[in-house]
Amino acid sequence: MRLGVFICHCGSNIAGTVDVAQVAERAKSFPDVVYSTDTLYACSEPGQEGIVQAIQDYNLDGVVVASCTPRMHEPTFRRAVERGGLNRYKFEMANIREHVSWVSKDQEANTAKAADLVHMAVEKLRQDRALFPKTFDINKRVMVIGGGVAGIQAALDCAEGGLEVILVEKTTSIGGKMAKLDKTFPTVDCSSCILGPKMVDVSMHPNITLYAYSEVEEVGGYVGNFEVSVRKKATYVDWDKCTGCGLCMEKCPSKKSYDAFNEGIAPTTAINIPFPQAIPKRAAINPDYCRQFIKGKCGVCEKVCPTKAINYDMQDEVVSEKVGAIVVATGYDLFDHSKYTEYGGGRYKDVITSMQYERLLNASGPTSGHIKRPSDGKEPQNVVFVQCVGSRDKSVDRPYCSGFCCMYTAKQTILTKDHLPDSQSYVFYMDIRAPGKQYDEFTRRAMEEYGARYIRGRVSQIYPHGDSLIVRGVDTLMGTQVEVEADLVVLAVGAECSSGAGELAETLRISYDAYGFYMESHPKLKPVETNTAGIYLAGCCQGPKDIPSSVGQGSAAASKILALFSRDQLESDPQVAQVNQARCVGCGKCISTCPFGAIQEIQDRGGNPKAEVIETICQGCGLCSVTCPQKAIQLQHFTDNQILAEVNALCQPMMEESFES
Amino acid sequence: MSAHDGRELRIIGFLCNWCSYGGADTAGVARLSQPTDLRIVRLPCTGRMDPLFMFKSLFTGADGVLVSGCHPRDCHYSEGNFYARRRLELAKRLLPLLGFDQRRFEYTWVSASEGQRWQTVVTKFTDQIHELGPAPKVGLSPETAARMAEAG
Ligand code: SF4
Ligand code: SF4
Repeated sequence: MRLGVFICHCGSNIAGTVDVAQVAERAKSFPDVVYSTDTLYACSEPGQEGIVQAIQDYNLDGVVVASCTPRMHEPTFRRAVERGGLNRYKFEMANIREHVSWVSKDQEANTAKAADLVHMAVEKLRQDRALFPKTFDINKRVMVIGGGVAGIQAALDCAEGGLEVILVEKTTSIGGKMAKLDKTFPTVDCSSCILGPKMVDVSMHPNITLYAYSEVEEVGGYVGNFEVSVRKKATYVDWDKCTGCGLCMEKCPSKKSYDAFNEGIAPTTAINIPFPQAIPKRAAINPDYCRQFIKGKCGVCEKVCPTKAINYDMQDEVVSEKVGAIVVATGYDLFDHSKYTEYGGGRYKDVITSMQYERLLNASGPTSGHIKRPSDGKEPQNVVFVQCVGSRDKSVDRPYCSGFCCMYTAKQTILTKDHLPDSQSYVFYMDIRAPGKQYDEFTRRAMEEYGARYIRGRVSQIYPHGDSLIVRGVDTLMGTQVEVEADLVVLAVGAECSSGAGELAETLRISYDAYGFYMESHPKLKPVETNTAGIYLAGCCQGPKDIPSSVGQGSAAASKILALFSRDQLESDPQVAQVNQARCVGCGKCISTCPFGAIQEIQDRGGNPKAEVIETICQGCGLCSVTCPQKAIQLQHFTDNQILAEVNALCQPMMEESFES
Repeated sequence: MSAHDGRELRIIGFLCNWCSYGGADTAGVARLSQPTDLRIVRLPCTGRMDPLFMFKSLFTGADGVLVSGCHPRDCHYSEGNFYARRRLELAKRLLPLLGFDQRRFEYTWVSASEGQRWQTVVTKFTDQIHELGPAPKVGLSPETAARMAEAG
């Protein structure tokens, strides 16, 4: 066997703390290595060409590149090796940057460690065999989970691209948080005027099937061939019959239901359509408040419904859908400000959240757009905005910046002035974060044109005083304590992951960070991909972001899918399990262990049971390899022999050394 | 920086590709300094971690073995790390029978975003191995070793 080794400097990233020339020199003594060199940037074009050239010049059978993490450039180098005429699996990487040069400055120790890792890679490579991918057909349908603006954009873009789309939304209407907003920054566009038409497009598009009030329950399969079961929750109204006339809402006697769409600032009826522009515009019963469900008698809606759509006996329905790719756009939740007891902790009626304020401002909201404070319905004179409530605060486990609160607060001060020209807004802020296009100009306008008074400092306490509130804080620019008398306090609450984000991630087998936001495959280069092939992210489920970025990500996810589906077939990863039929005794242990059902029982010619791996289903976890008592099933590219070869490379020198002494 | 003066010990880490290997990468990208004793072997999943690899490592000269994967319930393969946990816990209990201190082997969960956690895990484990010192070379004479090598 003839192997080549390339040690990358990565500029000074590696060469700064590893003697790369020495590592290259040592590599020459490793078995089967016939060529070893160091290279400035292995991943650059000349770097890759050098590899291709060396394969030809030295007639190499395999290549080791010692550079950065394989999670970054393994595909790059595999392609290069292939260009050189080798099988792409005759390649190994040693991670001497993330795991060596960047975590220690000790040149001697680093050099020794780098050489060890190269040795390990060489020993693994000596065991590597050529592997060949199989091709399989893809199902060119897409599922989008979440019907907020990001999900809507992804669904429309995919549908426009000719794909069949299934949009799953957990509430009874699409629109998400954006549908609740009055205006959007920095253009002060009417939110529902720009979102509404898109929502209608979703409902009209022949390629889009909408499952509202539905949740994803189970996901099986793999890229190109997912099978998803979706629970369509019982609405107790037959949506094929319901015309959205709203008669039931008018007549429903139970008028004290919690109104989630209006953030609870006003009650609603037990049967309702969340808002006038809802898509689908269909009624649903909330059984927690419905008298028919609580007391067993009422039936008013059933009587008044002109189309006989009411069905109190309706059950959840589980449907199964086959799709080739999934976009997750499940959005975010608002921080629960009751954790701040010093701000009233939800006790004072006139301390409300920014989203509640948004509903007060909204012409289609419960006050028809008149700003009336919740306690007595009076118009407020002084409105105090408190920023960073549940943002940038370690004490409530929200150390991150939610990114959009500065902007929506500025917007709300502007709208306040528009609605109540005599009012005065005060904003307590920590820093103004307005990095988007036209954003800084916008916050300045709020201060200069609309006279919002910005006070830099945290609020320490809010307490009642007569029928108003005192907001006490510090002005860090003046270095003084300040107290502002407020008629209404609006808490600019931050964003957190949506409830159930963790469970959904587990169902989808994607990762999430410490705060429950889904992790992209690479923070810079793969911002909408996940580590699970065929599953993409859009919008705030990946981290708080504003509308333009959410829409951008929705489109990006869609274009990734259109690119993926531009082929009719995909190549399967050949790093799958394989059964050595001669060794297999047909015990079936592997079959019951495999989480993906990728192993089936077959019979050999003599009628004996044997295991067989279905290659397109196998995900390559290797669980079965460890389970098999016969060691008959081996995960290709991670066989026992390959891993033990790495162990040997790391241990042997020590052993020899210890016996010498 | 090497956290330890004098001789490095031999520690092998078996890390799952999706979480802990990524966590170690994250630690690297953030330049979180760590002792240099650990060498990492990449596995697709901790479910691929055959206890055999751990025994083999300790028998042939490793002073410590660390396995790290995704947090339970956050496994890329949905349940690989549950299998791993069961197998590795049993294997750990066998160690004293074979003449090894149990503390030479640990398994942990570190996600791809937890660079700092990885730094802590490596540092603590390395410290622990240094406290224990080099592993005893159990019963392997050069002849046995040679025979073993021959038997493959
Ligand atoms: S490696 Fe084995 S256990 Fe894992 S998915 Fe493939 S067949 Fe199933
Ligand atoms: S566990 Fe091993 S021996 Fe048993 S059926 Fe599976 S491959 Fe065959």
